[in-house]
Amino acid sequence: MAEVRAEMVANVWKVVVAEGDQVEDGDTLVILESMKMEIPVLAEDDGVVARLDVSEGDVVQEGDLIAVIE
Amino acid sequence: MFESVLVANRGEIASRVIHTVRAMGLKAIAVYSEADAELPFVAEADEAILLGPAQPAKSYLDQARVLEAARRTNAQAVHPGYGFLAENAEFAQRVIDAGLLWIGPDPLAIARMGDKINARNLMIEAGVPVSPGVWEPVPDADTAVEEAARIGYPVMVKAAGGGGGIGMSAAHDEAAVRKAYETARTRAERFFGNPDILLERYVERARHVEIQILGLADGSVIALGERDCSVQRRHQKIVEETPSPGVGAELRERMLAAAVRAGEAVGYRGAGTVECLVDPAAQDFVFLEMNTRLQVEHPITELVTGIDLVEQQLRIAAGEPVSFTSAEPRGHAIEFRVYAEDPQRFLPSPGEIKVWEEPVGEGVRIDAGYAEGNTVTPFYDPLLAKLCVYGADRPAALRHAQAAIDNFRIEGLKTNLPFFTELLGDAEFTAGTYDTGLVDRMRAR
Repeated sequence: MAEVRAEMVANVWKVVVAEGDQVEDGDTLVILESMKMEIPVLAEDDGVVARLDVSEGDVVQEGDLIAVIE
Repeated sequence: MFESVLVANRGEIASRVIHTVRAMGLKAIAVYSEADAELPFVAEADEAILLGPAQPAKSYLDQARVLEAARRTNAQAVHPGYGFLAENAEFAQRVIDAGLLWIGPDPLAIARMGDKINARNLMIEAGVPVSPGVWEPVPDADTAVEEAARIGYPVMVKAAGGGGGIGMSAAHDEAAVRKAYETARTRAERFFGNPDILLERYVERARHVEIQILGLADGSVIALGERDCSVQRRHQKIVEETPSPGVGAELRERMLAAAVRAGEAVGYRGAGTVECLVDPAAQDFVFLEMNTRLQVEHPITELVTGIDLVEQQLRIAAGEPVSFTSAEPRGHAIEFRVYAEDPQRFLPSPGEIKVWEEPVGEGVRIDAGYAEGNTVTPFYDPLLAKLCVYGADRPAALRHAQAAIDNFRIEGLKTNLPFFTELLGDAEFTAGTYDTGLVDRMRAR
Protein backbone atom coordinates (compact mmCIF):
# COMPACT_ATOMS: atom_id res chain seq x y z
CA MET A 1 0.00 0.00 0.00
CA ALA A 2 1.35 3.42 -0.90
CA GLU A 3 0.03 6.73 0.30
CA VAL A 4 0.31 9.66 -2.08
CA ARG A 5 0.51 13.02 -0.32
CA ALA A 6 0.59 16.65 -1.43
CA GLU A 7 4.08 18.18 -1.55
CA MET A 8 2.77 21.74 -1.14
CA VAL A 9 -0.27 23.92 -0.60
CA ALA A 10 -2.23 23.77 -3.84
CA ASN A 11 -5.63 23.71 -5.48
CA VAL A 12 -6.81 20.46 -7.01
CA TRP A 13 -7.29 21.38 -10.65
CA LYS A 14 -8.05 18.00 -12.21
CA VAL A 15 -8.74 14.53 -10.88
CA VAL A 16 -7.58 12.12 -13.55
CA VAL A 17 -8.33 8.73 -11.93
CA ALA A 18 -11.25 7.26 -9.98
CA GLU A 19 -11.33 4.81 -7.07
CA GLY A 20 -10.96 1.28 -8.40
CA ASP A 21 -8.84 2.29 -11.41
CA GLN A 22 -5.77 0.24 -12.26
CA VAL A 23 -2.69 2.48 -12.43
CA GLU A 24 0.95 2.01 -13.30
CA ASP A 25 4.08 3.60 -11.86
CA GLY A 26 4.29 7.10 -13.37
CA ASP A 27 0.60 7.52 -14.21
CA THR A 28 -0.92 10.88 -13.37
CA LEU A 29 -3.46 10.63 -10.53
CA VAL A 30 -4.45 14.25 -10.09
CA ILE A 31 -3.14 17.60 -11.30
CA LEU A 32 -2.57 20.24 -8.64
CA GLU A 33 -2.23 23.91 -9.32
CA SER A 34 -0.12 26.25 -7.24
CA MET A 35 1.32 29.64 -8.11
CA LYS A 36 0.15 29.48 -11.71
CA MET A 37 1.88 26.15 -12.23
CA GLU A 38 0.34 22.77 -12.89
CA ILE A 39 1.88 19.99 -10.84
CA PRO A 40 0.95 16.44 -11.83
CA VAL A 41 0.85 14.00 -8.90
CA LEU A 42 2.07 10.62 -10.09
CA ALA A 43 1.61 7.05 -8.93
CA GLU A 44 4.87 5.67 -7.61
CA ASP A 45 3.82 2.01 -7.86
CA ASP A 46 1.63 -0.23 -9.98
CA GLY A 47 -1.70 -0.99 -8.32
CA VAL A 48 -5.32 -0.08 -7.79
CA VAL A 49 -6.59 3.30 -6.57
CA ALA A 50 -8.04 2.09 -3.24
CA ARG A 51 -8.88 5.51 -1.98
CA LEU A 52 -9.10 8.99 -3.50
CA ASP A 53 -9.27 11.74 -0.93
CA VAL A 54 -9.62 14.88 -3.06
CA SER A 55 -12.00 16.30 -5.60
CA GLU A 56 -11.62 19.10 -8.12
CA GLY A 57 -11.60 22.53 -6.54
CA ASP A 58 -10.31 21.31 -3.15
CA VAL A 59 -7.40 23.04 -1.46
CA VAL A 60 -4.75 20.68 -0.12
CA GLN A 61 -2.11 21.50 2.49
CA GLU A 62 1.44 20.15 2.43
CA GLY A 63 1.30 16.54 3.59
CA ASP A 64 -2.43 16.04 2.98
CA LEU A 65 -3.45 12.62 1.72
CA ILE A 66 -4.39 12.58 -1.95
CA ALA A 67 -4.76 8.88 -2.73
CA VAL A 68 -3.91 5.38 -1.59
CA ILE A 69 -2.59 2.88 -4.13
CA GLU A 70 -2.81 -0.84 -3.25
CA MET B 1 -1.50 65.94 -14.72
CA PHE B 2 -4.30 63.90 -13.15
CA GLU B 3 -4.39 63.67 -9.36
CA SER B 4 -5.09 60.01 -8.52
CA VAL B 5 -4.11 56.61 -9.89
CA LEU B 6 -5.74 53.27 -9.16
CA VAL B 7 -3.16 50.49 -9.33
CA ALA B 8 -4.95 47.40 -10.64
CA ASN B 9 -2.39 44.86 -9.47
CA ARG B 10 -0.79 43.28 -6.41
CA GLY B 11 2.53 42.40 -4.78
CA GLU B 12 5.82 43.92 -5.79
CA ILE B 13 4.59 45.71 -8.92
CA ALA B 14 1.75 47.38 -7.02
CA SER B 15 4.28 48.60 -4.44
CA ARG B 16 6.61 49.75 -7.21
CA VAL B 17 3.95 51.78 -9.03
CA ILE B 18 2.50 53.21 -5.79
CA HIS B 19 5.99 54.44 -4.85
CA THR B 20 6.33 56.60 -7.98
CA VAL B 21 2.70 57.75 -7.94
CA ARG B 22 3.16 59.08 -4.40
CA ALA B 23 6.62 60.50 -5.15
CA MET B 24 4.96 62.57 -7.90
CA GLY B 25 2.53 63.97 -5.36
CA LEU B 26 -0.43 61.99 -6.69
CA LYS B 27 -2.90 59.90 -4.73
CA ALA B 28 -2.34 56.13 -4.99
CA ILE B 29 -5.31 53.77 -4.72
CA ALA B 30 -4.71 50.05 -4.24
CA VAL B 31 -7.11 47.20 -4.85
CA TYR B 32 -6.58 43.84 -3.17
CA SER B 33 -8.01 40.38 -2.63
CA GLU B 34 -8.85 38.81 0.73
CA ALA B 35 -5.62 36.79 0.48
CA ASP B 36 -3.49 39.94 0.14
CA ALA B 37 -4.93 42.18 2.88
CA GLU B 38 -1.70 42.04 4.93
CA LEU B 39 0.74 42.68 2.09
CA PRO B 40 2.81 45.88 2.08
CA PHE B 41 1.23 47.40 -1.06
CA VAL B 42 -2.16 47.69 0.65
CA ALA B 43 -0.72 49.79 3.49
CA GLU B 44 1.53 51.82 1.18
CA ALA B 45 -1.40 53.19 -0.85
CA ASP B 46 -3.35 56.27 0.26
CA GLU B 47 -6.55 54.30 -0.04
CA ALA B 48 -7.24 50.60 -0.57
CA ILE B 49 -10.37 48.81 -1.76
CA LEU B 50 -11.10 45.13 -1.19
CA LEU B 51 -12.03 43.53 -4.51
CA GLY B 52 -13.12 40.08 -3.38
CA PRO B 53 -11.92 36.54 -2.71
CA ALA B 54 -8.43 35.24 -3.43
CA GLN B 55 -9.21 33.61 -6.78
CA PRO B 56 -7.97 36.03 -9.48
CA ALA B 57 -11.22 35.64 -11.46
CA LYS B 58 -13.13 37.02 -8.46
CA SER B 59 -10.68 39.83 -7.69
CA TYR B 60 -7.80 41.09 -9.85
CA LEU B 61 -9.29 39.76 -13.09
CA ASP B 62 -12.85 40.90 -12.35
CA GLN B 63 -13.12 43.96 -14.60
CA ALA B 64 -16.44 45.15 -13.15
CA ARG B 65 -15.09 45.06 -9.58
CA VAL B 66 -11.93 46.96 -10.53
CA LEU B 67 -13.97 49.61 -12.38
CA GLU B 68 -16.37 49.87 -9.44
CA ALA B 69 -13.40 50.46 -7.10
CA ALA B 70 -12.19 53.24 -9.44
CA ARG B 71 -15.65 54.83 -9.42
CA ARG B 72 -16.02 54.67 -5.65
CA THR B 73 -12.63 56.27 -5.06
CA ASN B 74 -12.95 58.87 -7.83
CA ALA B 75 -9.74 57.59 -9.40
CA GLN B 76 -8.75 59.52 -12.50
CA ALA B 77 -6.33 57.01 -14.02
CA VAL B 78 -5.70 53.25 -13.96
CA HIS B 79 -2.22 51.67 -13.99
CA PRO B 80 -2.48 47.93 -14.72
CA GLY B 81 1.08 46.84 -13.81
CA TYR B 82 1.94 43.61 -15.66
CA GLY B 83 -0.08 40.40 -15.91
CA PHE B 84 -3.76 40.26 -14.85
CA LEU B 85 -5.59 42.91 -16.94
CA ALA B 86 -2.49 44.72 -18.28
CA GLU B 87 -2.77 43.36 -21.81
CA ASN B 88 -6.53 43.05 -21.93
CA ALA B 89 -7.72 45.36 -24.72
CA GLU B 90 -11.36 45.06 -23.63
CA PHE B 91 -10.52 46.24 -20.12
CA ALA B 92 -8.40 49.12 -21.44
CA GLN B 93 -11.39 50.22 -23.54
CA ARG B 94 -13.76 49.92 -20.58
CA VAL B 95 -11.43 52.12 -18.50
CA ILE B 96 -11.46 54.74 -21.26
CA ASP B 97 -15.24 54.46 -21.70
CA ALA B 98 -15.66 55.08 -17.96
CA GLY B 99 -13.95 58.44 -18.50
CA LEU B 100 -10.64 57.40 -16.91
CA LEU B 101 -7.11 57.60 -18.24
CA TRP B 102 -5.61 54.26 -19.20
CA ILE B 103 -1.90 54.18 -18.39
CA GLY B 104 -0.86 52.09 -21.33
CA PRO B 105 -1.08 51.99 -25.11
CA ASP B 106 -4.23 52.35 -27.19
CA PRO B 107 -6.51 49.27 -26.81
CA LEU B 108 -6.14 48.70 -30.56
CA ALA B 109 -2.33 48.44 -30.19
CA ILE B 110 -2.83 45.94 -27.32
CA ALA B 111 -5.20 43.85 -29.46
CA ARG B 112 -2.97 43.92 -32.55
CA MET B 113 0.14 42.88 -30.60
CA GLY B 114 -1.71 40.53 -28.23
CA ASP B 115 -2.37 38.06 -31.01
CA LYS B 116 1.07 36.66 -31.82
CA ILE B 117 0.11 35.62 -35.35
CA ASN B 118 -1.17 39.09 -36.13
CA ALA B 119 1.91 40.64 -34.50
CA ARG B 120 4.25 38.52 -36.66
CA ASN B 121 2.44 39.56 -39.82
CA LEU B 122 2.51 43.19 -38.78
CA MET B 123 6.27 43.00 -38.15
CA ILE B 124 6.90 41.48 -41.58
CA GLU B 125 5.09 44.48 -43.10
CA ALA B 126 7.14 46.87 -40.96
CA GLY B 127 10.41 45.30 -42.12
CA VAL B 128 11.22 43.67 -38.77
CA PRO B 129 12.76 40.19 -39.19
CA VAL B 130 10.69 37.23 -37.93
CA SER B 131 11.46 33.52 -37.73
CA PRO B 132 9.90 31.31 -40.46
CA GLY B 133 6.37 30.42 -39.36
CA VAL B 134 2.65 30.48 -40.11
CA TRP B 135 0.54 33.41 -41.31
CA GLU B 136 -2.71 32.16 -39.82
CA PRO B 137 -3.87 29.98 -36.91
CA VAL B 138 -3.15 26.25 -37.22
CA PRO B 139 -6.58 24.56 -37.00
CA ASP B 140 -5.58 20.98 -36.09
CA ALA B 141 -2.70 18.61 -35.33
CA ASP B 142 -2.49 17.31 -38.94
CA THR B 143 -2.04 20.84 -40.26
CA ALA B 144 0.55 21.45 -37.53
CA VAL B 145 2.56 18.48 -38.83
CA GLU B 146 2.33 19.76 -42.44
CA GLU B 147 3.36 23.26 -41.39
CA ALA B 148 6.26 21.93 -39.31
CA ALA B 149 7.57 20.10 -42.37
CA ARG B 150 7.32 23.28 -44.45
CA ILE B 151 8.92 25.51 -41.77
CA GLY B 152 11.65 23.00 -40.90
CA TYR B 153 12.41 21.34 -37.55
CA PRO B 154 12.74 22.11 -34.71
CA VAL B 155 9.57 24.17 -34.31
CA MET B 156 8.04 26.06 -31.40
CA VAL B 157 4.32 25.44 -30.84
CA LYS B 158 2.50 28.09 -28.84
CA ALA B 159 -0.76 29.84 -28.08
CA ALA B 160 -1.39 32.98 -30.16
CA GLY B 161 -2.94 34.69 -27.15
CA GLY B 162 -0.45 33.24 -24.66
CA GLY B 163 2.30 34.50 -22.43
CA GLY B 164 4.55 33.56 -19.55
CA GLY B 165 5.72 30.42 -21.34
CA ILE B 166 2.43 28.67 -20.57
CA GLY B 167 1.43 26.06 -23.14
CA MET B 168 4.57 26.57 -25.17
CA SER B 169 6.89 23.77 -26.24
CA ALA B 170 9.57 22.97 -28.79
CA ALA B 171 9.17 19.92 -31.02
CA HIS B 172 11.87 18.06 -32.93
CA ASP B 173 9.69 15.53 -34.78
CA GLU B 174 6.15 14.75 -35.94
CA ALA B 175 5.05 12.93 -32.77
CA ALA B 176 6.31 15.79 -30.62
CA VAL B 177 4.47 18.32 -32.79
CA ARG B 178 1.19 16.48 -32.24
CA LYS B 179 1.74 16.33 -28.50
CA ALA B 180 2.84 19.97 -28.33
CA TYR B 181 -0.19 21.00 -30.38
CA GLU B 182 -2.64 19.31 -28.01
CA THR B 183 -0.89 20.77 -24.93
CA ALA B 184 -0.89 24.26 -26.41
CA ARG B 185 -4.55 23.94 -27.39
CA THR B 186 -5.76 22.95 -23.90
CA ARG B 187 -3.69 25.66 -22.24
CA ALA B 188 -4.73 28.29 -24.79
CA GLU B 189 -8.40 27.74 -24.07
CA ARG B 190 -7.99 27.44 -20.34
CA PHE B 191 -5.60 30.30 -19.66
CA PHE B 192 -6.04 32.74 -22.50
CA GLY B 193 -9.57 32.24 -23.82
CA ASN B 194 -8.15 32.18 -27.35
CA PRO B 195 -7.72 28.71 -28.91
CA ASP B 196 -5.49 29.88 -31.79
CA ILE B 197 -2.16 28.09 -32.13
CA LEU B 198 0.91 29.10 -34.09
CA LEU B 199 4.12 27.41 -35.15
CA GLU B 200 7.45 29.02 -35.87
CA ARG B 201 10.99 27.80 -36.33
CA TYR B 202 12.63 27.20 -32.98
CA VAL B 203 16.01 28.86 -32.65
CA GLU B 204 18.27 26.63 -30.58
CA ARG B 205 21.11 28.08 -28.53
CA ALA B 206 19.54 31.49 -28.83
CA ARG B 207 19.56 34.36 -26.40
CA HIS B 208 16.34 36.05 -25.40
CA VAL B 209 16.98 39.78 -25.72
CA GLU B 210 14.35 42.47 -25.51
CA ILE B 211 14.29 46.19 -26.26
CA GLN B 212 12.58 48.74 -24.01
CA ILE B 213 10.65 51.30 -26.02
CA LEU B 214 8.69 54.40 -25.08
CA GLY B 215 6.01 55.84 -27.35
CA LEU B 216 5.97 59.53 -26.46
CA ALA B 217 3.02 61.90 -26.21
CA ASP B 218 4.09 63.62 -29.46
CA GLY B 219 3.74 60.32 -31.34
CA SER B 220 7.46 59.55 -31.70
CA VAL B 221 8.97 56.26 -30.46
CA ILE B 222 12.35 55.91 -28.74
CA ALA B 223 14.37 52.85 -27.67
CA LEU B 224 16.10 52.70 -24.27
CA GLY B 225 18.50 49.80 -24.73
CA GLU B 226 18.17 46.05 -24.30
CA ARG B 227 17.75 43.46 -21.55
CA ASP B 228 19.09 39.92 -21.83
CA CYS B 229 16.56 37.47 -20.37
CA SER B 230 18.17 34.16 -21.34
CA VAL B 231 18.31 32.63 -17.85
CA GLN B 232 14.96 30.83 -17.88
CA ARG B 233 13.23 27.79 -16.42
CA ARG B 234 10.06 26.46 -18.08
CA HIS B 235 10.35 29.34 -20.60
CA GLN B 236 10.00 31.80 -17.73
CA LYS B 237 12.65 34.35 -16.88
CA ILE B 238 14.67 34.09 -13.66
CA VAL B 239 17.57 36.51 -14.18
CA GLU B 240 17.93 39.46 -16.54
CA GLU B 241 20.85 41.76 -17.28
CA THR B 242 21.70 44.82 -19.28
CA PRO B 243 23.64 45.32 -21.47
CA SER B 244 23.50 41.84 -23.00
CA PRO B 245 26.91 40.13 -23.03
CA GLY B 246 25.93 38.55 -26.35
CA VAL B 247 24.98 41.63 -28.35
CA GLY B 248 27.64 43.64 -30.17
CA ALA B 249 27.39 47.35 -31.00
CA GLU B 250 26.35 46.81 -34.61
CA LEU B 251 23.62 44.28 -33.73
CA ARG B 252 22.38 46.52 -30.90
CA GLU B 253 21.97 49.40 -33.31
CA ARG B 254 19.91 47.26 -35.72
CA MET B 255 17.75 45.88 -32.89
CA LEU B 256 17.00 49.31 -31.44
CA ALA B 257 16.05 50.61 -34.90
CA ALA B 258 13.78 47.59 -35.51
CA ALA B 259 12.10 48.04 -32.11
CA VAL B 260 11.34 51.67 -32.95
CA ARG B 261 9.83 50.55 -36.30
CA ALA B 262 7.76 47.93 -34.43
CA GLY B 263 6.39 50.58 -32.08
CA GLU B 264 5.68 52.98 -34.93
CA ALA B 265 3.83 50.26 -36.85
CA VAL B 266 1.13 50.17 -34.15
CA GLY B 267 1.21 53.85 -33.16
CA TYR B 268 2.57 52.81 -29.77
CA ARG B 269 2.27 55.09 -26.75
CA GLY B 270 3.76 54.49 -23.33
CA ALA B 271 6.22 51.83 -22.17
CA GLY B 272 6.48 48.64 -24.19
CA THR B 273 8.93 45.85 -24.85
CA VAL B 274 9.94 44.22 -28.11
CA GLU B 275 11.15 40.69 -27.40
CA CYS B 276 13.61 39.09 -29.82
CA LEU B 277 15.66 35.93 -30.17
CA VAL B 278 19.32 36.53 -30.87
CA ASP B 279 21.75 34.14 -32.55
CA PRO B 280 24.95 35.31 -30.83
CA ALA B 281 27.29 33.51 -33.24
CA ALA B 282 25.68 35.06 -36.31
CA GLN B 283 24.98 38.36 -34.50
CA ASP B 284 21.47 38.32 -35.92
CA PHE B 285 17.95 38.46 -34.46
CA VAL B 286 14.27 37.76 -35.08
CA PHE B 287 11.17 39.34 -33.52
CA LEU B 288 9.42 37.15 -30.96
CA GLU B 289 6.58 39.22 -29.53
CA MET B 290 5.73 42.59 -28.12
CA ASN B 291 4.61 43.17 -24.54
CA THR B 292 2.33 46.17 -24.43
CA ARG B 293 2.94 47.10 -20.78
CA LEU B 294 5.61 47.68 -18.16
CA GLN B 295 7.87 44.64 -17.97
CA VAL B 296 8.74 42.77 -14.74
CA GLU B 297 12.44 43.41 -15.35
CA HIS B 298 12.14 47.15 -16.08
CA PRO B 299 14.28 48.10 -13.01
CA ILE B 300 17.56 47.14 -14.68
CA THR B 301 16.85 49.63 -17.47
CA GLU B 302 16.10 52.22 -14.79
CA LEU B 303 19.40 51.43 -13.06
CA VAL B 304 21.54 51.97 -16.16
CA THR B 305 19.63 54.97 -17.56
CA GLY B 306 18.65 56.72 -14.33
CA ILE B 307 15.11 57.07 -15.72
CA ASP B 308 11.98 56.21 -13.71
CA LEU B 309 9.91 54.35 -16.31
CA VAL B 310 6.69 54.50 -14.29
CA GLU B 311 7.03 58.28 -14.10
CA GLN B 312 7.39 58.40 -17.90
CA GLN B 313 4.27 56.21 -18.26
CA LEU B 314 2.26 58.65 -16.14
CA ARG B 315 3.61 61.69 -17.99
CA ILE B 316 2.91 60.20 -21.40
CA ALA B 317 -0.63 59.22 -20.36
CA ALA B 318 -1.19 62.82 -19.25
CA GLY B 319 0.04 64.09 -22.63
CA GLU B 320 3.18 65.57 -21.15
CA PRO B 321 6.80 65.34 -22.35
CA VAL B 322 9.13 62.83 -20.70
CA SER B 323 11.41 64.01 -17.88
CA PHE B 324 14.76 63.32 -19.57
CA THR B 325 16.59 64.47 -22.67
CA SER B 326 19.28 61.82 -23.02
CA ALA B 327 19.02 58.13 -22.19
CA GLU B 328 22.52 56.81 -22.79
CA PRO B 329 22.88 53.65 -20.62
CA ARG B 330 25.89 53.53 -18.27
CA GLY B 331 27.25 50.61 -16.26
CA HIS B 332 25.75 47.15 -15.83
CA ALA B 333 22.63 45.97 -14.00
CA ILE B 334 21.31 42.49 -13.15
CA GLU B 335 17.93 41.42 -11.76
CA PHE B 336 17.33 38.19 -9.84
CA ARG B 337 13.70 37.13 -9.45
CA VAL B 338 13.39 35.75 -5.96
CA TYR B 339 10.68 33.09 -6.19
CA ALA B 340 8.94 31.04 -3.51
CA GLU B 341 10.10 27.76 -4.99
CA ASP B 342 12.59 25.04 -4.25
CA PRO B 343 15.96 25.82 -5.84
CA GLN B 344 16.50 22.37 -7.30
CA ARG B 345 13.32 21.43 -9.16
CA PHE B 346 11.76 24.92 -9.13
CA LEU B 347 8.46 23.65 -7.67
CA PRO B 348 6.20 26.16 -5.87
CA SER B 349 6.65 26.59 -2.13
CA PRO B 350 3.90 28.74 -0.60
CA GLY B 351 4.00 29.33 3.14
CA GLU B 352 4.52 31.84 5.91
CA ILE B 353 7.50 34.19 5.80
CA LYS B 354 9.02 33.83 9.27
CA VAL B 355 12.16 35.86 8.58
CA TRP B 356 12.68 38.50 5.90
CA GLU B 357 15.91 40.49 5.99
CA GLU B 358 16.84 42.42 2.87
CA PRO B 359 20.43 43.13 1.88
CA VAL B 360 21.52 46.74 1.82
CA GLY B 361 24.59 48.23 0.25
CA GLU B 362 26.09 49.94 -2.71
CA GLY B 363 24.34 49.24 -5.99
CA VAL B 364 21.51 47.16 -4.46
CA ARG B 365 17.82 47.74 -5.19
CA ILE B 366 15.07 45.50 -3.84
CA ASP B 367 11.53 45.63 -5.22
CA ALA B 368 9.67 43.47 -2.70
CA GLY B 369 6.07 42.34 -2.59
CA TYR B 370 6.19 40.77 0.85
CA ALA B 371 7.48 41.42 4.34
CA GLU B 372 8.19 39.36 7.46
CA GLY B 373 5.02 37.75 8.82
CA ASN B 374 3.21 37.67 5.47
CA THR B 375 1.81 34.45 4.07
CA VAL B 376 2.56 33.53 0.49
CA THR B 377 -0.57 31.86 -0.86
CA PRO B 378 -0.86 29.46 -3.82
CA PHE B 379 -3.22 31.76 -5.74
CA TYR B 380 -0.70 33.95 -7.56
CA ASP B 381 2.71 33.73 -9.18
CA PRO B 382 5.70 32.86 -6.96
CA LEU B 383 7.55 36.19 -7.27
CA LEU B 384 8.51 37.43 -3.80
CA ALA B 385 10.93 40.20 -4.70
CA LYS B 386 13.28 41.41 -7.39
CA LEU B 387 16.87 41.71 -6.24
CA CYS B 388 18.63 44.17 -8.55
CA VAL B 389 22.28 45.15 -8.55
CA TYR B 390 24.20 47.84 -10.35
CA GLY B 391 27.94 48.15 -11.01
CA ALA B 392 30.27 50.18 -13.20
CA ASP B 393 30.79 47.04 -15.31
CA ARG B 394 29.68 43.39 -15.37
CA PRO B 395 32.33 42.05 -12.97
CA ALA B 396 31.42 44.75 -10.45
CA ALA B 397 27.71 43.96 -10.80
CA LEU B 398 28.43 40.24 -10.28
CA ARG B 399 30.41 41.03 -7.09
CA HIS B 400 27.56 43.14 -5.71
CA ALA B 401 25.15 40.33 -6.65
CA GLN B 402 26.99 37.69 -4.64
CA ALA B 403 27.16 39.92 -1.58
CA ALA B 404 23.48 40.81 -1.83
CA ILE B 405 22.38 37.19 -2.29
CA ASP B 406 24.46 36.13 0.73
CA ASN B 407 22.77 38.81 2.82
CA PHE B 408 19.17 38.18 1.77
CA ARG B 409 17.60 36.08 4.54
CA ILE B 410 14.19 34.57 3.91
CA GLU B 411 12.99 31.80 6.20
CA GLY B 412 9.77 29.86 6.58
CA LEU B 413 9.48 28.79 2.96
CA LYS B 414 11.79 27.62 0.23
CA THR B 415 13.21 30.21 -2.14
CA ASN B 416 15.44 30.02 -5.20
CA LEU B 417 18.20 32.15 -3.56
CA PRO B 418 20.54 29.09 -3.41
CA PHE B 419 20.08 28.69 -7.16
CA PHE B 420 21.49 32.20 -7.68
CA THR B 421 24.66 31.28 -5.80
CA GLU B 422 24.92 28.23 -8.03
CA LEU B 423 24.40 30.44 -11.09
CA LEU B 424 27.08 32.93 -10.03
CA GLY B 425 29.50 29.99 -9.80
CA ASP B 426 28.61 28.70 -13.25
CA ALA B 427 31.31 29.15 -15.88
CA GLU B 428 28.87 29.87 -18.73
CA PHE B 429 27.04 32.52 -16.75
CA THR B 430 30.13 34.26 -15.45
CA ALA B 431 31.68 34.23 -18.93
CA GLY B 432 28.44 35.69 -20.30
CA THR B 433 28.29 33.12 -23.09
CA TYR B 434 25.05 31.49 -21.91
CA ASP B 435 21.79 31.08 -23.83
CA THR B 436 18.21 30.02 -23.01
CA GLY B 437 19.33 26.40 -22.51
CA LEU B 438 21.60 27.29 -19.58
CA VAL B 439 19.37 26.22 -16.67
CA ASP B 440 18.52 22.88 -18.29
CA ARG B 441 22.22 22.22 -18.83
CA MET B 442 22.99 23.16 -15.21
CA ARG B 443 20.39 20.67 -14.01
CA ALA B 444 21.71 17.95 -16.35
CA ARG B 445 25.32 18.34 -15.12
